[in-house]
Amino acid sequence: MSSALNPKYSFATFVVGAANRLAVTAGHTVAESPGAAYNPLFIYSGSGLGKTHLLMAVGHAAKKAAPQLNIEYLTLDEYVEAFHASVAAGQGDAFRRRFQNVDVLLVDDVQFLTNRKEMQSELLRLTEALQAAGRQIVLTSDRPPPDIADLDERLISRLSGGLVVDMGTPDYETRVAILRRKAEERGARFEPGVLETVAQAEVGNVRELMGALNRLVAFQAVNDTSINAETVKQILGLTGEGAATATPGDGRAPAAKGGGGDEFGEFLADVTVTVGKAVEAWRARVGEAVLRWEGEGYRTHRLEALLQRDAPGAVDEAIAAFAEDVERLKALEAEVSDLDPAAAGQSVFRDPERLGEAEQAAAKVRDGAAPPPGPSAAFPLAAFAVGPSNQVAVSAARAALERPGKKYNPLVLVGKSGLGKTHLLNAIGLELARGKRAVVACLSTQAFIDELIAAIDGNRVDWWRARYRRATALLLDDIQLLTGKERTQEELFNLFNLLQDKDRQLVFTAPAHPNTLSGLEERIVSRLEGGLVAELKEPDREVKRAVLERMLGQQGVHPEPALIDYLADRPTDSVRSLVGLLQRVVGAAAAQDGPLSAGLAREVLEGHAPRDTRRSSGFRTSGLVVSSLGGIKSREKVVWDWIDVADRMIEEFR
Amino acid sequence: MSLVNFTTREITCKIVYYGPGRSGKTTNLHYIYGRVPDSRRGRMVSLATQTDRTLFFDFLPIDLGQISGFSTRFQLYTVPGQVYYNATRRLVLQGADGVVFVGDSQARQLDENLESLQNLQSNLLEHGVDIRTIPLVLQYNKQDLPRELILSPADLDDALNFRGVPSFSADALHGTGVFETLKGISELVLKKLAAGTAA
Repeated sequence: MSSALNPKYSFATFVVGAANRLAVTAGHTVAESPGAAYNPLFIYSGSGLGKTHLLMAVGHAAKKAAPQLNIEYLTLDEYVEAFHASVAAGQGDAFRRRFQNVDVLLVDDVQFLTNRKEMQSELLRLTEALQAAGRQIVLTSDRPPPDIADLDERLISRLSGGLVVDMGTPDYETRVAILRRKAEERGARFEPGVLETVAQAEVGNVRELMGALNRLVAFQAVNDTSINAETVKQILGLTGEGAATATPGDGRAPAAKGGGGDEFGEFLADVTVTVGKAVEAWRARVGEAVLRWEGEGYRTHRLEALLQRDAPGAVDEAIAAFAEDVERLKALEAEVSDLDPAAAGQSVFRDPERLGEAEQAAAKVRDGAAPPPGPSAAFPLAAFAVGPSNQVAVSAARAALERPGKKYNPLVLVGKSGLGKTHLLNAIGLELARGKRAVVACLSTQAFIDELIAAIDGNRVDWWRARYRRATALLLDDIQLLTGKERTQEELFNLFNLLQDKDRQLVFTAPAHPNTLSGLEERIVSRLEGGLVAELKEPDREVKRAVLERMLGQQGVHPEPALIDYLADRPTDSVRSLVGLLQRVVGAAAAQDGPLSAGLAREVLEGHAPRDTRRSSGFRTSGLVVSSLGGIKSREKVVWDWIDVADRMIEEFR
Repeated sequence: MSLVNFTTREITCKIVYYGPGRSGKTTNLHYIYGRVPDSRRGRMVSLATQTDRTLFFDFLPIDLGQISGFSTRFQLYTVPGQVYYNATRRLVLQGADGVVFVGDSQARQLDENLESLQNLQSNLLEHGVDIRTIPLVLQYNKQDLPRELILSPADLDDALNFRGVPSFSADALHGTGVFETLKGISELVLKKLAAGTAA
């Protein structure tokens, strides 16, 4: 039913030129990874320019890359026939199933869909089914989809949805290359200049070119003489153009000597031979290299200098060395643009003569690319007190650490102030930073905003962005500070998407559930909600005990258990206020030079302690104030001056 | 002037027809013009006086199409032959890749030929070009005139061609030798390119 792939039509036998390079590249890509890149791939060109050859070459290459693939080549007519046959046999469904199991479907000449409504809808259905299943379709036609008469709009958009490429008529060089290859295939030998002359004829397609070659092969076989450039013109009837103008009776030049003839044509042939000798092959190679690299935006002095030489010398080595340098430049530029986009695009990255400078510039950028702020070492995960009140958040954090970026992304830790969100955030950061090549950005939202402002001010937002884009994890504390910071929200939004796409862990903290925070853009909120929002609740007794024991332990103090019990039992709504309580007690003990005891604590906390002692306790650092919990950094968060009991009584009496 | 541009894949040859007044330079160009297919030639620009003397210069662009992948163009110029148009001559000579010296074969014009040849040398020098290095061919025109009026090519070679450059006898009015001359100069110009000095 469907045709077999013609083994002659492979990429190896396909002559690539400027006019079909894009189509061939697309074909290669599709053959290497069917269904992944351009689907469907639609190739169109005039008749005889290699559509079928390319289509079959894709089939061969795909088969070679993955022999298990089910590859089917057929022309549209064959497809139609198969359809009609199966419908006639009452096997329409079988027909569909058959094609839906094809991994790479190659359909030739789809322009014949005109006036075949039922085939159009069949093909539409098939295209959709194959696309959905990630299977590749390659189609060819002699015109682009919109120009196929009477084609269903939906089918047009389907067919145009992948990649539509055309192949033009081959240029002179390609024509020569095709002729050489074909002549070689046939074992025909021609004098120098013969194939070039054939290639000079303006032909509409490769088939005509083959026709001309066939005539020459036949002529040479029959006459047993080798053909030269001049006789080619006679055989192929190429002399018409020049001869017509050289007819006598021109008026100005009545009788040209030497039988008139085509003086211009002879002149042209003469010049062609001379130019052919002059533009030696090595110069052409250098010229091509110049053209190529210049086209890519590289300076090509070194190659141009080669053209000034008389003898070829080691041209190919020089070209190879140049290409190597360009590759190095490309690598450097890619690296630099990763680190600091603003620094890429410098002219040194475009001039192989200045490779040394480029290396230096790259090294400079490498040095200057500071990693984003990392987590604070003061918050190890081991020091985080765990209890029923924060069990959910901690286990979520541990889960996130096990599979960063995959399990809970983003992880949003919510809870009131002083419950250890910052600690947990930094602890996660520290754990993540242990990974190989980990770049963990862990900072407060305020610092994030300040950095952005500084970057805007210093006109290096690109650099700032690149810095964060490199991060393998982003942890932001106090996300509510984004309120009203539109630009930061915008940047964060983009960064968020980018990092999340790459499965990089995102962790945020907020005082409350994101959807209750005002001033945050909806798109940010919805993204925050998209992961896991884990709440840290008011510390339970267990947590409090753990915190107290650890803190006192750090001081080298071993208090009576009653003190711990007493403090843990006191109602406190946060770890931070618990620390505050402890500090007051420790302060009082230091002031009295007495031991830490439950009794003292009760005295201090329940209002029997002398006022001055209490006051001083807040300011005098006993070594506890700058706690490893980091909670007391911001003094306004802690009430230092408690209202005197007497004042409080008066308040209440009022 | 870059003769061969490998990057844009162009070959452009500027060839100047030089010589004394009324030696037949414009006639050469007209003949070539008549032989080049319409599609290959540009408009021939001719600035002539009422008596058909070249006032400024003639210009004939010819497109030879793609040769070895290079789009090849010839630009043919003539200079005004009369002595007092020297500034124009010098201007036209600028950037020339090759020179065709069209001499008048009439015996009585020998001095004019010599004078013009010297003028060519000095004008080239003005552009910093040594006449010994630029591609140059001689054409002895009007060889169709009665023998008693003209010098033979051999005599002219003796008189004018002391550098031993290629010389062609011609009858530009009827086309004899015109394309031979053009081929001759083209070959020299393109060979110079092959030597790598013109690239």
